[in-house]
Amino acid sequence: MSARIWLAALALLAATPAAPQGYAGLATDAEGYAAVTAPARLAFPRDHGPHPAFRIEWWYLTATLEDAEGREWGAQWTLFRQSLAPGPDPGGWESTQVWLAHAAVTGADTHRTAETYARGGIGQAGVTLGPFRAWIDDWEMAAAPAPGDALADITVTAQGADFGYSLHAVTEAPPVPQGEDGFSVKSDVGQASYYYSQPFYRVAGTLEIDGRRIPVTGRGWLDREWSSQPLAAGQEGWDWFSLALDSGARVMLYAMRNADGSAHVSGTWIDAESRPHPLAPGDISMRPVGYSQVAGREIPTAWHLEVPRFELAVDTEPLNAHSWMDTSFAYWEGPIRLSGSHAGRGYLEMTGYD
Amino acid sequence: MTGLLVLGALAGHWRRHRLELAALFVGLAVATALWSGVQALNAEARASYAEAGAMLAADRLAAVRAQDGGLFPRADYVALRRAGWDVSPVLEGSWRRGDLRLRIVGIDPLTLPRQASAGTDGGFEGAENFVAFVRPPWRALAAASTVARLEGVEGLPPLEVSATLPPGTLLVDIGAAEALLGTEGALSRLTLAPEAAGRRLPPDLAGHLRVEPPGEGAAETERLTESFHLNLTAFGFLSYIVGLFIVYSAAGLAFEERRPMIRTLRACGVPARLLGAALLAEIVVIALAAGLAGTVVGYVIAAALLPDVAASLGGLYGAQVAGSLSLSPSWWLAGLGMSVLGALGASAASLWRTWRLPLLAAARPEAWLGAERRRHRLQLGAAALLALGTLGLLLLGTGLLAGFAAMAGLLLAAALALPPLLGAILRHGAARARHPVVQWAWADSRQELPGLSLALMALLLALAVNLGVGTMVGSFRETFTRYLDQRLAQEIYVRAADGAQAEAVADWLAARPGVTAVLPFWQAETRMAGRPAEVNGYDAHATYRENWPLLEARPGAWDDVAAGRAVFVSEQLARRGGIGLGETIDIPTPAGPWRVAVAGIHPDYGNPGGQIITAREEVGRHWAEADRTRVGARADPAAVPEILAALRGTFGLGPEQAYDQAAVKAASLAIFDKTFAVTVALNGLTLAVAGVALLTNLLTLANARLGRLAPVWAAGLTPAALARIEAVRIVALGGLTALAALPLGQAVAWMLTAVVNVRAFGWRLPVEIFPGQWASVMGLALATAALAALWPAWRLARSSPLALMRRFSNER
Repeated sequence: MSARIWLAALALLAATPAAPQGYAGLATDAEGYAAVTAPARLAFPRDHGPHPAFRIEWWYLTATLEDAEGREWGAQWTLFRQSLAPGPDPGGWESTQVWLAHAAVTGADTHRTAETYARGGIGQAGVTLGPFRAWIDDWEMAAAPAPGDALADITVTAQGADFGYSLHAVTEAPPVPQGEDGFSVKSDVGQASYYYSQPFYRVAGTLEIDGRRIPVTGRGWLDREWSSQPLAAGQEGWDWFSLALDSGARVMLYAMRNADGSAHVSGTWIDAESRPHPLAPGDISMRPVGYSQVAGREIPTAWHLEVPRFELAVDTEPLNAHSWMDTSFAYWEGPIRLSGSHAGRGYLEMTGYD
Repeated sequence: MTGLLVLGALAGHWRRHRLELAALFVGLAVATALWSGVQALNAEARASYAEAGAMLAADRLAAVRAQDGGLFPRADYVALRRAGWDVSPVLEGSWRRGDLRLRIVGIDPLTLPRQASAGTDGGFEGAENFVAFVRPPWRALAAASTVARLEGVEGLPPLEVSATLPPGTLLVDIGAAEALLGTEGALSRLTLAPEAAGRRLPPDLAGHLRVEPPGEGAAETERLTESFHLNLTAFGFLSYIVGLFIVYSAAGLAFEERRPMIRTLRACGVPARLLGAALLAEIVVIALAAGLAGTVVGYVIAAALLPDVAASLGGLYGAQVAGSLSLSPSWWLAGLGMSVLGALGASAASLWRTWRLPLLAAARPEAWLGAERRRHRLQLGAAALLALGTLGLLLLGTGLLAGFAAMAGLLLAAALALPPLLGAILRHGAARARHPVVQWAWADSRQELPGLSLALMALLLALAVNLGVGTMVGSFRETFTRYLDQRLAQEIYVRAADGAQAEAVADWLAARPGVTAVLPFWQAETRMAGRPAEVNGYDAHATYRENWPLLEARPGAWDDVAAGRAVFVSEQLARRGGIGLGETIDIPTPAGPWRVAVAGIHPDYGNPGGQIITAREEVGRHWAEADRTRVGARADPAAVPEILAALRGTFGLGPEQAYDQAAVKAASLAIFDKTFAVTVALNGLTLAVAGVALLTNLLTLANARLGRLAPVWAAGLTPAALARIEAVRIVALGGLTALAALPLGQAVAWMLTAVVNVRAFGWRLPVEIFPGQWASVMGLALATAALAALWPAWRLARSSPLALMRRFSNER
């Protein structure tokens, strides 16, 4: 048990209710931080940058990829920002900001992960605008000048002990606000975050596994979210899907699971023209249909998803059922493939299965 | 069954000769006591170094450090992280408040490698602990003893007990360390995760950083303190040897006295093997009992000396040593082992002779005179050989160990030469004596000499070492005091909170009436000749030129230093680095090596590291991170208290930040005295052991002597007259030994100052003569001898003629 576990837990659980005993107080006490209120009034490029007045924030990219031999791959890059205290940041070692990042590469028979931490205030990690750059150690998400949005052309790199990657992601589409114009409700008692996505990246780049370089191409999805008090008592984990349908539409679905078996379900249908259509709980059905034994736990790695309003009824299969993020705070995250009413690929993230 | 009978018969001897048993017991116990005590001190100190070295797994993880051993910018850490290096920053330093001195270790818990966070007792694990640890007012983790010691001390973060931390150490967040140490944006080292250990530093950093293999920190403390521990060990060993002298003579005496009994037992059919085994068992049992007692006494001695040892090591080397003893079972076993080993070694000759005792050889009076002559010739030969070996070691040996070996050789040679010397004096005296009683007294003394010689040798050694160490410490103190008087020429010293405050203080002082000169000085750290060295930059001012002593200097040396053309190096740095006057040296700086000439060599007594003196601007030019907080000032002595009070009031400085000359001098001398407190204490204990040796020896001999005195009594001398002669003779022998110890002590002092000190610390001292010490040693020797003579003389005076008569007839 190191400090990292707490931080990872805090960072991850900040968006989920699955706060273990003892973390709950911290996780729910948002006094002094900026509050998440509607309307969101997102503005770019400003909101690509950090929001230090809020307690927690992340920059999160997933990519479903394919190599020259037709093998499927997945890649993940996440940078978390966490504020330890509200108020002005004195900088230096006394900075209130701490940073955490995860990276992963998933193939059909391998899943590599890496994790790193940094204090704010000294330049080891941070996010700046003009041009956009998010970095921690030698990991980076950096934008090149491009017409359109400030994140329309980004290069993402990460380096773990036994893998690494460099991915170039471009899009012409604007960012897509989630929830109510970017105001995303996370519980029935008012927990919320600001949340937008960029689900239309075309990705090309190179994976490096055990020194072997693998050129890949595919699709990428960027999520941005920040909040101060995202947890509700009694929530124990979440299941989150990002789907890229071959039809061109994108779908985001999540269920925040409560300890009593109920769940707060939400989602967005994003049509091929990048218009968001928020989904009401009644629009969504998410049902686990297959389980795998992963890291000593029973994890629902196969799902049946339905959004009748848009005639979606698909089954999901993981590329690698053992996409276990063996980081200080462990969770399942990996690429999936869809079959049924629609074909396509996506990413699944599941937390709180202990 | 026979074995038990034999043991019973042998034990009967001890029941009749309780004093001899006591001598054997005391000899073994004192031999074991000081040796174990010293070992306990060394073990405790080394355990503390190891503990400190193992902190943050520094004994297993490599580290990145500045080439010059000093601080380096935090930007270097960020650059390495940005280049993908798994490094974690550490800021380390010393925090002082009055007498209190703490090692501050600042870490970043987020990047600390897993291996390094083991043993921090979870002090920053869990959400609340983590936030409390990294956010002001922070939290400091420390050993329970440290926390107890710091009760009520202000200016520290809230303390929390962490059982696994070394003593005198606070583990804090790196932000807290910056606040406590008054640095900003600088680091001491980077802990390197094992996966990154083999990498090469990027070219732009390789110029001023280096990768250091695991365990260097502890190894450095070990190296620095090595001479200190060797000193302690030498004392322990000396006491051990002196104690064994007692054992040897007591065991020999017991053998001589039991010779008839052993012969009888053998004649009764007891096999030699059984007899030998019984004697062996007997000595082992006595050795175990005495060893246990000695180890207990050693523990008490160590516990009593440990605070002084800890203070010395802290003051001299900045090494933190626990203030309480925690000893392993192996230490106790080692104490017992040393006792048994010593007992067996000291009684081996006696055991062998018992084994080989010719069964039928009649008791025959020893042709002692011829035997003595032969023995003395042999001893003289051995002494000459040893002296030759010592000379060889002095000329050819280089290390500290060789220095100690040479000293041991000198002492042993002198000890071996003592009995022949005393024998010659007695022979000479006997030849000149005219009165028959006097003639008898001289002759009898010669006969007694072999029995006494071991005790006298022990006394000689102890006296000589006592004198030598006393002279060395005394000379050192005189030199040091004189040196402080010269070196501490300024009346006022200020250590400001930071460079800006130092400038303000300097301006304030310059404007103050009564202040005649303001002399700020800057300080930086580097490494020279494999050890830390400080670089001190001063302004060109007459205060330094006129007061500061130089051991060697080129003409115009001060001008060259003021102009930045040259530097002075301290004596120990010059010696260690083989740096001669006029040579050019490369001083590592953050901006690369600084090549400069050496214009002078200055004394810097008491500093285990090196020192370089240069101009103030040079320090500023080569070390951007130099310590700019120190200001000195010359002032009218009468105005000093008033100026200090105003200074403290204006800038909110504590007494440990603004002080006068007298305070520095007192503090320096206090450190000095603490440093040698242990040496002086051990020295006294060794002398006491020698006194005990002489005493027990004489007491055991006294009984045997009755037989020899009987004929003299029969010839008409009264017991009272005999007692007087006895007392005079023993005191005279003690006095002669003490006389011999005087030149030997001076030789020991020379060896200590000119050989051992130079090799251990790198400085050489002028040896001075202290007649007062000579007189006290002489007096001590005579008093010991008198005390030892008192009891036998008293017994003799009280003995009835009948007892003497019986002895006379029995012995014939």
